[in-house]
Amino acid sequence: MNFFSRLYYKYRRAAKAFKLFLMISGPGIIVMVADNDAGGITTYAATGAKYGYGLLWFLILLGPVAYFVQEMTVRLGAVTKRGHAEAIFDAFGPFWGWFSLLDLVLTDWLTLITEFIGMTAALSIFGVPRFLTVLIVCGVMGFMVIKGKYWTWEKLAFIFCAANLIYIPAAFFIRPSVHDVIQGAFIPQFAGGLTGQMLFFLMANIGTTIAPWMVFFQQSSVVDKGLQEKDIRWGKLDTAMGSLFTIIIAVCVIVMTGTLLKGVDIQSAEQAARMLMPQDRILGSILAIGLFDAGFLGAICISLASSWAFGEVFGWAHSLNNRIREAPWFYAFYFLLIVSAGGVVLIPGAPLVLITLFVQVIATTLLPAALVFLIILLNDETIMGKYKNTFWQNVINISIVTGVIILSTLYSISALFPSIFPS
Amino acid sequence: MSPEHSEPLRTRLKTFLGLRFSKIREINERYRNPRIKTGRGVSFALLVLRIYLLLLLGILFVKFIYLLH
Repeated sequence: MNFFSRLYYKYRRAAKAFKLFLMISGPGIIVMVADNDAGGITTYAATGAKYGYGLLWFLILLGPVAYFVQEMTVRLGAVTKRGHAEAIFDAFGPFWGWFSLLDLVLTDWLTLITEFIGMTAALSIFGVPRFLTVLIVCGVMGFMVIKGKYWTWEKLAFIFCAANLIYIPAAFFIRPSVHDVIQGAFIPQFAGGLTGQMLFFLMANIGTTIAPWMVFFQQSSVVDKGLQEKDIRWGKLDTAMGSLFTIIIAVCVIVMTGTLLKGVDIQSAEQAARMLMPQDRILGSILAIGLFDAGFLGAICISLASSWAFGEVFGWAHSLNNRIREAPWFYAFYFLLIVSAGGVVLIPGAPLVLITLFVQVIATTLLPAALVFLIILLNDETIMGKYKNTFWQNVINISIVTGVIILSTLYSISALFPSIFPS
Repeated sequence: MSPEHSEPLRTRLKTFLGLRFSKIREINERYRNPRIKTGRGVSFALLVLRIYLLLLLGILFVKFIYLLH
């Protein structure tokens, strides 16, 4: 009896903890899965087609990297109850604050364009014209924020996150060589050497796994959701699960194109989907649907990240729990972003594929600026108290910043002097 | 457009821009005293990093234009 009582007590405790996790989870999983946006799926598809499973190890390495960066925003948001933009203004003053805000707006707007590129390209495979896709997407995105509260938005975002998992069964469906996948996943290698193109792909993969908008989004999301200091450990678990999902999805996309399109020089996920169609209509459709879903999920998060940041700094009401007349500037900014980004896609002859790949690289280049402020903030005892960074958290995060700066420099050198690196 | 029509428009625009700039001035004033006091060395390092990243961004932009053509 005593044994059963204890077992029941343990079960009740676990069930309660699980319920609490379900309530608190959201920002981490959403930001991480949204990170596999249209640009991300395009980058993974191109990486798989170019290098097969050769760069899987690098993607797996990026999982913990994304976790360590993002968990800092959970702590900062829960402790300060401030979004990231406001926290930078408050801690470093207006000079650095405006710089960070402009960085965010630039990278967000460019990334948002890539989301629209992905969504229009995906639906064009099924014969939907671009303008109609832009119109429908803007309408649905508007509906999502107007008709509800943060919780409603989060639930809808979760549905799109779940749809992103479509790549997992697809990767198993094509029956890749398990031996080759494991070899690619755990043996670091640079197939073909450290060429300028390899550097570009490494940069693009970092840019799609960790991006400045994610830092701003998750912190604001944590604040809007009302997470407290006591919830930090659940927020961390939420982030860890999100980073696991994001890497699994990335690996699955690479496995798909690495198995079926290896050696084919593809420029976009849409092109990959079109090429897969004759081989396997279902797989081609899955890639296209997943691309649309990824673009949509990215778009709803990125547009919110900017609107939250501007709302925080300008002192506008900036919660999804506010109605339009309560927060007119917040919603106006949100709509301005999505409509202008959608409009770029409709410009005839715009170099959409080139824009998509370059935006990932630009995001990586600007990343260290955001991370340095984040690390300094997390090391301030007066702000963070007992939640400040530990020695090892600093070692890891400073290594990440250093690694990104070195890689950005190498890529810039290869762009200026292409002959230095083997082609 | 007649002067009596353009004048209010100009005034309205001036008021609108004045309000926007006054908001920015207000934000600058609100955050004038940063909570984290960074030493000259740290400020200089942050500035150097920022300029360096902008330089890299410039190179990327040049490469983008080059590829475009």
